[in-house]
Amino acid sequence: MTILEIDQLRKEFQMHVVGGKRVVGLDGVSFDVADGEFLAIVGESGSGKSSLLKCLYRTYLPSGGAIRFESTDGSVDLASCSERRLLELRDDEIGYASQFLDEIPRVPALDVVARPLVEEGVERPAARDVARDLLTALNLPEELHDAYPATFSGGERQRVNLARAIAPRPRLLLLDEPTSALDPETKAAAIDLLDRYLTEETTVVGVFHNRDVVAQVADRVVVLDDAALQRVVDVETYAEETSSEIDLAESEVGV
Amino acid sequence: MSLLDAENVTRFYGEFEPCGDCVDLTGPTHGRNQCPDCGTVVGCADVDLDVERGEVLGIVGESGSGKSSLAEMLALDLAATAGNVEFASYDGNLLDANYEERVDLRNTNVGMVHQHVRDGLNLEFTGGGNVAESLLAAGWRNFDEIRARVRDLFEETEVPVDRMDDPTDTYSGGMQRRVQIAKAIANDPELVILDEPTTGLDVSVQARVLDMFRRIQREQDVATIVVSHDLGVVRLLADRTVVMRHGRVIESGLTDRVMEDPQREYTQTLINSVI
Ligand SMILES: Nc1ncnc2c1ncn2[C@@H]1O[C@H](COP(=O)(O)OP(=O)(O)OP(=O)(O)O)[C@@H](O)[C@H]1O
Ligand SMILES: [Mg+2]
Ligand SMILES: [Zn+2]
Repeated sequence: MTILEIDQLRKEFQMHVVGGKRVVGLDGVSFDVADGEFLAIVGESGSGKSSLLKCLYRTYLPSGGAIRFESTDGSVDLASCSERRLLELRDDEIGYASQFLDEIPRVPALDVVARPLVEEGVERPAARDVARDLLTALNLPEELHDAYPATFSGGERQRVNLARAIAPRPRLLLLDEPTSALDPETKAAAIDLLDRYLTEETTVVGVFHNRDVVAQVADRVVVLDDAALQRVVDVETYAEETSSEIDLAESEVGV
Repeated sequence: MSLLDAENVTRFYGEFEPCGDCVDLTGPTHGRNQCPDCGTVVGCADVDLDVERGEVLGIVGESGSGKSSLAEMLALDLAATAGNVEFASYDGNLLDANYEERVDLRNTNVGMVHQHVRDGLNLEFTGGGNVAESLLAAGWRNFDEIRARVRDLFEETEVPVDRMDDPTDTYSGGMQRRVQIAKAIANDPELVILDEPTTGLDVSVQARVLDMFRRIQREQDVATIVVSHDLGVVRLLADRTVVMRHGRVIESGLTDRVMEDPQREYTQTLINSVI
C-alpha cells in the first residue's frame, strides 16, 4: 500500500528582501512511498532535500502540487489541508527531526526525549525509561542524561534530537541528516537503533549524504538534482551505481 | 466550535471624534497607525483570529504594533471600539460583556499575565495574598483551603513556598512573573493570555519561566495567547502565530512556517533581522 503520494510538488521562494527575487526549491517532484518503507533522499548540497522534507511537514508552504498522505482516518493532502488538521497529524502520526535541535535550555535531555511520549499519555517514569534506553543505545554518556542539551556538542544534541523523533514511533518519520554530526561508531549505533526500534508501522523518509548509511538503512533512494527529481532507484541499484562511480573515480586518479 | 473566535477587533485611542476614515487611512499600506485627518491612533483594527481548546497562539510584532491592545481586549481589561468575539463560556459578544460579567469571566475563565507587573499584582501585598485574591474573588472562603491552594500554586509555578507571606515588592522579577502566572491559573481558566512574559528578566530566568509555563500549559491543556516581540518566545510556545504591524494582522500560520517560510515582505524582514 502507498502511504504517501507526492504529485508535481513545487516550492518557490519569493525573497522580498532581495528585490522580490524568485528561487525555485522544488520543481515538479513526484514519487510514491510505500507503507513501512525506508526511503532515502540524496542529492548535492542545495538540490532541494531539506525543502522537500519541510514541505512534507508544512514548515514550508508548497507553492503547487499535492502530497497525499494516508492517515489513519483517510487520505489527506498535506500541501493544502487546514493548519489544525496538520497540527493533529504532527501530534499523532508525523514526526520530524530537524538538522538542529531547538529546545528550551532548562530541560534535561531525558525529559526532552520523553516529552512526546508523555504527551501521548505514557506515564512519566515509563516514558523516561524508554528515553534512557534510546539515549543509551545512541552511546550518550549517562551523566549527560540529566544535563541540559543547550550545553551539548553538536553530535550529542543530534542524538537527543534523533531519540526524541523516533521515541513515539510515528507512522511517518521525516529525518533530516540525522547522523551527520556523529563519529563512525556512534553512526553505526544510530543505524542499528533505527533498525531495531522502528517497526513496519513506521515509514521513514530521510535525507542522508553518506552513501554507506544509505546502503545500510534504505529500501529505495530518491535522487534530487537541482530542484528536480532525477530518479528513484532501489537501494541495490544505487549501491552498485555508486560503487562503480567510486571505481571510476579511483581509476581516473590512477589508484 | 473554537474556544474563542474573534472578528474585526478594533481599538481607537485619542481625544478626538474619529473621522470615519481612520481605518482606511492607517495600517501597513500607509506605514502608520495614526489617522492623518483626525489624529486618532488606531491601536488595532479588523483583527480576526481564533483559538481552540489547548492551543497556543502567538502574537508577534514590533513595539506599538497593537499586540497589547488586542490582548487586553480579549482579556476583558480594555473596552473595544468594534468587533465580535465568541467565547465558549459566554453567550453573546464577549466585547459587549458588562462590568459584572467581565469581573466574573476574569476570575474564572480568562487569566491574564500583564506586560507591566504593576497592572497584575499589588506589590505591597504578600505574594500569597495576591494569589489568594483570585481565589477569594472566585468564591473560596475557607482559610486553610485557600492557604493549601496557594501553596500548591507556588509549587506549581516554582516560587519558593517560604516566601509566600513576604511583600511582593521584595521578590525578584522572575518570582513576580511566576506569581502573576500562579494568579492567572488559580481558578483553572480555559484561556490564559501572556503579554511579554519574559521582558525584564535575565536570559536564564526567561528560560526557566518559559519552561515552567510550557509544562503547565501542556499538563493542564489550557489554551493560551502569548504576545511577544521576541520571536524565540513565540517559537518555543506557540502552535500558530499571527504577525502584526501598524495595528493589523499581516500574516498568520503554523509557527514554524511563519518563521522559516515567511510570505510577506515585512515578516521576512522581521525574521531576517533576528537571524
Ligand atoms: N492608552 C493609550 N492611549 C493612547 N494611545 C495608546 C494607548 N495605548 C496604546 N496606544 C497606542 O496604540 C498603539 C498600539 O499600542 P500597544 O500597546 O497595543 O502596542 P504593543 O504592540 O503592545 O507594543 P509593545 O511591544 O511596545 O508593548 C501604539 O501606537 C500606542 O502608542
Ligand atoms: Mg505591549
Ligand atoms: Zn480619522
